[in-house]
This record gives sequence, structure tokens and C-alpha cells, in this order.
Amino acid sequence: MTATTQPSTIDGLAIRKDFPIFQQAPTEGRLPLVFLDSAASSQRPAVVIDAVSDFYARTNANIHRGVYQLSEQATLRYEEARHIAAQFINAANPRECIFVRNTTEAINLVASSWGRTNLNPGDRILLSVMEHHSNIVPWQMIAEERGATIDYIPLTGDQRLDLEAFDALLKNEPKLVAVTHVSNATGTINPIAEIVRKAHAAGALVLVDAAQSVPHMPVDVQALDVDFMAFSGHKMLGPMGSGILYGKREILEAMPPYMGGGSMIRKVTLEKTTFADLPARFEAGTPAVADQIGLGAAMQYLSGMGMENVRQHEIELLDYALEQLPGVPGLTAFGPEDVNERAGVISFTLGDIHAHDVSSILDSENIAVRAGHHCAQPLMHDLGVTATTRASFYVYNTKDDVDRLIAGLHKANKIFGLS
Amino acid sequence: MSDDLYRDIILDHYRNPRNRGTLDPADYSYEDVNPLCGDEIRIDVRVKDDKIDESAFSGRGCAISQASASILMEMTDGKSLDDVKAITKEDLLEELMVPISPARLKCALLSLKVLKAGIYGVGHEDED
Ligand SMILES: Cc1ncc(COP(=O)(O)O)c(C=O)c1O
Repeated sequence: MTATTQPSTIDGLAIRKDFPIFQQAPTEGRLPLVFLDSAASSQRPAVVIDAVSDFYARTNANIHRGVYQLSEQATLRYEEARHIAAQFINAANPRECIFVRNTTEAINLVASSWGRTNLNPGDRILLSVMEHHSNIVPWQMIAEERGATIDYIPLTGDQRLDLEAFDALLKNEPKLVAVTHVSNATGTINPIAEIVRKAHAAGALVLVDAAQSVPHMPVDVQALDVDFMAFSGHKMLGPMGSGILYGKREILEAMPPYMGGGSMIRKVTLEKTTFADLPARFEAGTPAVADQIGLGAAMQYLSGMGMENVRQHEIELLDYALEQLPGVPGLTAFGPEDVNERAGVISFTLGDIHAHDVSSILDSENIAVRAGHHCAQPLMHDLGVTATTRASFYVYNTKDDVDRLIAGLHKANKIFGLS
Repeated sequence: MSDDLYRDIILDHYRNPRNRGTLDPADYSYEDVNPLCGDEIRIDVRVKDDKIDESAFSGRGCAISQASASILMEMTDGKSLDDVKAITKEDLLEELMVPISPARLKCALLSLKVLKAGIYGVGHEDED
């Protein structure tokens, strides 16, 4: 089952030394922290925290405004981060990387700006049942405003996209297909290259929600030929409040601004404003300069490890966990069984114990997991559950973490009298 | 901490809930969800002489929310409506007899919110 690459060179335990949060002594009476909730938000290494504080300590000034040295340095470092981001996802041009606060903002930007100018009554948009609410709600809002209709790609029994249904839905000639690369609730990796090829052939643009893919595997926007891609810095070792909207240059250039204000103009008179070029057109107001610089540092840190290695490390943990978990009585895991079609996410139910009870018991062992609907209520409905417990992996996790998780699940069973 | 949370009283009420079911007809019925974890609780009440004559809860969710509803049914059985209106969050938490962390408060208090909203009439449901 394991992908036929070299074993990962990543040693989760050694990597933890780079992360202050793992150096902290646990609260008295608690075991050392096992952090299995990186899909919600990752931890951050010292190099990222230092990059943020170094900005404030040494080069702090507003950007793109002052002609004094500090402001020039700040601007330089901010634009450097944009170059790093462009390289990280292999964008043809750094101008195609718009700094946003998070994935949600990136998708809202496209829904508002592109949607308002391109969607007309009767037009269709194609989403999928496995989307995070942030790739559903903005489309519902703009569809209602514009009189457009949304179709949803259904799922197979093991929570993959039903590609036959996708082919059929493309016959409705949607103007846009917006799908997630990796499901945050099941870990399913969708075949984005194939989806893009087919969508383009049907005349649709494609937006990819890459919140769970860019942090965990190599992603190349040119190879995938995506039109838009959204991801958050905080899920990839970067600061909260940092993120990227990637868009193909000619598409972004034809889009009107999303917000009006400072920094996004060329010329303002009392009658009319002409707008700045990319990327400034979409970055109104003072941005999160330090945080985006921190995101640049996070990307450099990840590139130092190699994204192939990051992915391989998670495949190894996933392989191990999927082998061990069936030994826990009452456990049902969702998502594809083949680790090549799944990221480091395991969503499960444990007998009739509610996910919140499972996670409270795991918390008593200082194991952090996520419990709930994972902002994917349509997917939960499809699974026939109201909530699942989710463990997700990143570079600092180890097989020991998986062992602790499994021991915690046995304990939950014991408390609820299931075994 | 959570070992204490799942003490026998919670597990007992969760496994053997008191007054589980629905009443039809009922004088007061109300249901609500905890959007965070999807806990659902519905409470039906029949009143006689301004006192709770019969009550029942239904719904699904975590052990804390369901056990708390069951405990609330016991607490309010035969009580006057005025007495029920006077029950505070602290009163219910005290009856639960386990430490509830901030993250689980909404689970623990959902039943009280539902019962009061029912008795006061819809629209007065949120007091936090
Ligand atoms: C697949 C997916 N899309 C979108 C989001 C939203 O990300 P953010 O909250 O950073 O905007 C998340 C985060 O949970 C996610 O997992």
C-alpha cells in the first residue's frame, strides 16, 4: 500500500526540538502533549515565530508608502515572502499570489469579485458534497445574489468523488468548478489534474481549495493547470492571519477589486478611481505584513525538509495507524483505504460514544484531536453521522503518538463499558 | 480531569436516562441544538396546577448533554413553574457533580436552555 518512494528522512521527534510548544513542560499531572489536530491549525517552529518578531523588532514600518529606509526594507521583505510563496507552489509570476488572511477570505474574494462579474441568472457552479463550509457558503451567497444554481458532485461509498457523476454534471456546463484538493474531514485526495482537464474541456474554470494539500504535499499550480487556488498559512507552520489566493494572471487582471481603499488604487478623484495592477488591486489597506513574512519563513522551513519527504512521513504514520486502529473494538474509520489516495487524516467513530466524549477522554491523556462536524455538515450527513473524531498528522508526529492515541481509545471504551 | 468527568452519575444517567421519550399532547415543547457538536435536545412538559406533572426529553448527543437532560428531569419533577424558572446554571452544574470545562459547558447546559425556552415561550432562549 505504501507509495514506492524512499523512506522519509523526517524524524518527528527530532523536529519537535524546533517547536517551542513541544519544549514546554506539561501542566502538572499531565502527560506530554500529543498533538493530532494539525488539520485545524498546525504548531509553529521557532524560525517562524522569530521571523514575525524580527520584523517588528528590526524592520517595522508600513509598506508601499514611506520613502524612508525602514519602509523600503519592510516592503522588500513582504515582497520577498510573495516570491517564496510563488516558488513554493510554482506560480509563473509572484503577482499571481495575492496575500489574504486565510482560505476563507481567498474563496470569498473569488466568489465576490469573479462571481459578481461572471455569474448571470441561470448559470451553474459545480461544488462537491465533501467541501468545507468555506467552499460552500460563499458560493451559496453569490449564487443567490446572481440567480445562479449550484450542483454538487456526490461521493462514492469510501468518500471519494464520484467521477462518473462529475462527468454527467459537467454536461450542465458550469462556469466554475470549485473543489477541495484534500478533504479535511476524511483525508481523501481528489484527482485534481483530471478534474481540471475535464472541467476545462467543458469550458469551466476551476478553483481548488488547497487548505489541506499545500501544507502536506508538493503542489504545482502550473502542472495542475488550476485557475484559482486558496490556502491558509496557519495550517502549514505559518502565522494565523497569513494565506494565499493564487489566480492565473489574465483571469485576475480581468476581475474588479474585492475591497476598496488604500493601496489598491492608481488614481483617485472625487468622481472616479482607477485601480492598481496585481497584486495590489486585491490587497486594500494595510496587510498582515509580519504574518506573511512569517509564512515565507514557514515555506522555507518546509522546503528545507522537502515536501516529498513531508508527504512520505505522513504516509508512514497513516500506514501504521490504519494497521493498528482496527484493533480497537467498535472503531469505524472513514475515507479511502489506499494511503496513496489519502492525506494524513483519520476520521472515525467509536461505537456509540459521542465524538465529544471520545475527545474529552483523550484530552485527559493530553492527546489533542478534533471532534465534531469539521465544518463539513453535508459530508457528515452523507456519512450518516452527526460528528466524528479526527486525528491528523504533521511533520512533528511519530508512531509513538499513534500508540498513545490507540491506548486512549481503549480507555474510552473501558469507561463506557464497551470492552 | 476527564476521568472525573465520566463519573458514575453521568454514565448512569446516560445509559439509563430518566423520562426519556416524548409527550403528545404536551403543554410546552421546545427543542434546540448545540451547533458546536450537534447535540440535540427536545423537552415536552405537561402542567397541572402550575406544577410540572410530567416531563420527557428526547434527542441525541454526547454523554454530558444527555445525562444533564436526564438529571434535569429529576430535578424538576413536580416543581412549580416559578421554581423551574428560578433554576440557575449553577444549580444544574452542582447536580451534575462533575467538573465541566469551558469547552463542554454548552453541552451541559443545553437541556436547561431548552426547558426554560419552552416554559417562557420561544424567543427567550438565550441567556448566555
Ligand atoms: C479544506 C478546508 N478548506 C477551508 C478551510 C478554512 O480555512 P481557514 O479557516 O483558514 O479559512 C479549512 C480549515 O479548516 C479546510 O480544512
